[in-house]
Amino acid sequence: MALELDFSHPLRSFVATLRLTVPRGRTLALVGPSGAGKTTSLRVIAGLLRPREGTLTVDGVPWLDTRRGHVLPPERRKVGYLFQEYALFPHLDVSQNVRFGARDGGLADEMLDRFGITHLRRARTRDLSGGERQRVGLARALARDPDVLLLDEPLSALDAHTKTSVRLELHQHLRDLDLPAIVVTHDFDDAAALAQTIGVVVEGTLRQIGTPAELVAAPADPFVATFTGATLLPGAAVGTRDGLTEVLLDTGATAWSTQPGSGRVHLAVYPWDITLAREQPDSSLTNHLRGPITSIVPIGDRARVRVGLVVAEITAASARRLELAEGDSVVASFKATAARLLQAGG
Amino acid sequence: MRVPPGDLFAALRTDAAVDAILVTLTTNAISLVLIIGLGTPTAYWVATRSSRLRDVVVTLIELPLVLPPAVAGIGLLAAFGRLGLLGGTLDFVGIDIAFTKIAVVLAVAFVASPFYVRTAVSAFESIDPALPDAARTLGAGPAKVFLRVAFPLAAGGLGAGAALAFARGIGEFGATIMFAGSLQGVTQTLSLAIYEQFDLDFDVALAISAVLVAVSAASLFFVKLFSRWRSSSTSPIPFAPSSQPSG
Repeated sequence: MALELDFSHPLRSFVATLRLTVPRGRTLALVGPSGAGKTTSLRVIAGLLRPREGTLTVDGVPWLDTRRGHVLPPERRKVGYLFQEYALFPHLDVSQNVRFGARDGGLADEMLDRFGITHLRRARTRDLSGGERQRVGLARALARDPDVLLLDEPLSALDAHTKTSVRLELHQHLRDLDLPAIVVTHDFDDAAALAQTIGVVVEGTLRQIGTPAELVAAPADPFVATFTGATLLPGAAVGTRDGLTEVLLDTGATAWSTQPGSGRVHLAVYPWDITLAREQPDSSLTNHLRGPITSIVPIGDRARVRVGLVVAEITAASARRLELAEGDSVVASFKATAARLLQAGG
Repeated sequence: MRVPPGDLFAALRTDAAVDAILVTLTTNAISLVLIIGLGTPTAYWVATRSSRLRDVVVTLIELPLVLPPAVAGIGLLAAFGRLGLLGGTLDFVGIDIAFTKIAVVLAVAFVASPFYVRTAVSAFESIDPALPDAARTLGAGPAKVFLRVAFPLAAGGLGAGAALAFARGIGEFGATIMFAGSLQGVTQTLSLAIYEQFDLDFDVALAISAVLVAVSAASLFFVKLFSRWRSSSTSPIPFAPSSQPSG
């Protein structure tokens, strides 16, 4: 019981070719730069776009099979689609919006209740806040009793303050629903918060698919590494010693990685694997890069400190203890195991 | 030139003026029904397509806008006159269009239709494409999408277009006089009556002109009202479409 999609369709400068399987009760996040083919996938599933070639089955029922000329129109597919700006009907009130696709009014009322918007039922959609609009959009999509849930950038229309609480709420709803769900987002953090599986789509192809932890632990290429938040340090692998690969960075410094590599490489390191110190620490850490602090950005109880090319994420407390200021020369240190090697040009 | 208002009202009660008002109202009402009935689906078709055929259709729709009225009249005669392209067939089944009320209706519809269709196309085009898409995913077929989403959202623009077309049609002169003539009580509309009364009874011409000024101003006012209604999906307005029960 699942959604199985396999299609190819020409986009502006490349052909999107994607093959996805999402089991019931699971959420897949499609992440990647805009125009990579993420929304195209949702439109193909919903029937709003007929791909050049492809098949789609949901719970074993064929929705699309271009070879056989079988294409169910959108109104005959049971899809719950949350559009990017929610696409609420401006000429209808909240209750009419939610009832638009509902087969029976009871389910619509249940959704109004479930999303806590019963008191807004007579409200015009233009009077709603961003979070409320999203709830109405989701209630409307689910009142159709869909077999598949598709969410296109569900959080991008919200301000940063609302986003965190809505993300948590959305995560709970997705967890409670027994549906295959696909979330499209350009934000890795949103994807990791909402989905069990993340697929990175670049230029119409799936670069890598896995759990958020898997993507971070072993990004398949430099793009996935930066997308998941790593800093890339370009350099060249010049040899091995004691099982470690020696990398001569383009900055002139030397770094060590436990991963094998040769020729031009990118050394990927995540902000949370880096510690900062005024002087080079006498510890088990292998890599030390000295440089001036170019920026300090506090984020809640943490601070992002940019030292030369690398970004370190440290607690606000240690930032205070080190009395860091822009322009100070500090040492960024990280383990050889935290230094992932990726072949350049991949 | 100074005419007391009382004399103007008296002038409006002459046969020529009364006949012209009746002819104008009936022919324009029928034209407007034709324009809206045929123009709305055409405009919706144009607004939801992006093929090259669309450009051809739009050119044909807009042609009456730039065509000299005399050419429009000759064109209609060439098409529907007794010796015209379709005239022979129509004559054969006993229908003679030229110099009848039908001719007035056709002339008005021909000249005024672009005003409606152009406004209607832009009204349909200004609908966020995500809305019809959303309706489709919510189980609405193409007909329901039109009735429950596209039409209500474009209604203000359609109303504005209809008011514009009516204003243009009420004043139609050139094509009508060539194709329908100026027979009092049959094809003589208000504009044609002004032209004729200009020589016969200037007061009547003046009185009819005053009526047309009032009607034109009222039409334009309705265009403004409807246009505000169209852009009002984001602002409160006194006559928003009433909420209808659905489900």
